[in-house]
Amino acid sequence: MPKEHANWSPYDNNGGTCVAIAGADYCVIAADTRMSTGYSILTRDYSKICKLADKSFMASSGFQADVKALQKVLSSRHLIYQHQHNKQMSCPAMAQLLSNTLYYKRFFPYYAFNVLGGLDSEGKGCVFTYDAVGSYERVGYSAQGSGATLITPFLDNQLKSPSPLLLPAKDAVTPLSEAEAVDLVKTCFSSATERDIYTISKGMFGENSTGGKQKAQAAVAGDSVEIIILNANGVRRESEPLRRD
Amino acid sequence: MELPLISYVVFQNGVILGADTRATEGPIVADKNCEKIHYMAPNIYCCGAGTAADTEAVTDNISSQLKLHRYHTGRESRVVTALTLLKSHLFRYQGHVSAALVLGGVDVTGPHLHTIYPHGSTDTLPYATMGSGSLAAMAIFESEYREGLTREEGINLVTKAICSGIFNDLGSGSNVDVCVIEKGKKEYLRNHLTPNPRTYISSRGYTFSKKAEVLLTKITPLKELVDVIEVGGDAMEE
Repeated sequence: MPKEHANWSPYDNNGGTCVAIAGADYCVIAADTRMSTGYSILTRDYSKICKLADKSFMASSGFQADVKALQKVLSSRHLIYQHQHNKQMSCPAMAQLLSNTLYYKRFFPYYAFNVLGGLDSEGKGCVFTYDAVGSYERVGYSAQGSGATLITPFLDNQLKSPSPLLLPAKDAVTPLSEAEAVDLVKTCFSSATERDIYTISKGMFGENSTGGKQKAQAAVAGDSVEIIILNANGVRRESEPLRRD
Repeated sequence: MELPLISYVVFQNGVILGADTRATEGPIVADKNCEKIHYMAPNIYCCGAGTAADTEAVTDNISSQLKLHRYHTGRESRVVTALTLLKSHLFRYQGHVSAALVLGGVDVTGPHLHTIYPHGSTDTLPYATMGSGSLAAMAIFESEYREGLTREEGINLVTKAICSGIFNDLGSGSNVDVCVIEKGKKEYLRNHLTPNPRTYISSRGYTFSKKAEVLLTKITPLKELVDVIEVGGDAMEE
């Protein structure tokens, strides 16, 4: 009798979409709040955004068990960094750490598609986009996850960033104001939700702003998009309800 | 293109068919407001789940056969006739015609409800569901169905069952279509319920400013390029 091949896979895909936009003095990081598997919804209220340091937030889609493990590794590495240097890690430093952490598992990867957003040491918005094994790039905006194929061309049209090959290098930040960027993000998610069955999100509350020190994973209810806005004044959270079907 | 959810209930003296309006291609919603309740005969309708092309082709084909049969006999079509034609067709194709159907109608022998599986097997039931949202919808039927429902109660139950599929199954979504068939009359309630309106529309509007630059405009008349030569009949021969 032929040997039966293992048809079990350690991975699952929990869907979800993440978007981040960098501005001159702000950064917007957003993700939907639905977690699903196959044709089933596991929960309508799951935050995909994680606060890694005071000025860096990571939004992750893919396999949420791997994402949780990845977040745990990064936060413990950040704790050690704080003990050794007596300061918060900068967003570009966290970007390199995330890349190294992903590549460390090159042959048994974290099934996680991340966008890292935050403010750099000059207070400028920065967005880093990744693949599952740690290749990364600093960009002006990025979309990851199940709705990325729908959102990316829209963002390209609205925010076309200069080529990273241009000399002298041009700033990859968007010309939009903060309010316009938040508006654009809400539009991206409400549109992606119309056509992607795996993007749906959470907030049944309308706008839900909280103070700077608020934990990123504060509770919001139901399918919606969770939006984190960083600027010189601190951190702000918003939530916009999405379709629930 | 896959068509997910459908369900049916028999009430006092009629049949109620319901369906959602989402059609998908993998993870993408191909049609946000499609029609899944197909016409078979004036007194018979049929909900289809499975491959859209198959459900449409098979219902159109059998609907045509039923019409010819009515001209031949001069009598109203019976639901069992439609059932037999459908199941024979599906059995012949050994499951390769991916149509999971719920057939409902009222004829001289009363109201009838049948499910037909892609391989050609059939069931006769007081309530039935098919498609990816069938479990979510059946959960509602199993907990709330009872005999002797009124027309209104029936419509509400079917709507609730479809909504259960819309909100809990990712393959189903958008709106609720309902079709009520009674002795001598029918009512097709297209978009009976629309529980998923657009959530956010930017008040700013959008600009699509980037235009393709016109570098050169030159019109070449086609006739200058085509040279027609009259040749003899044997020019084609080698």
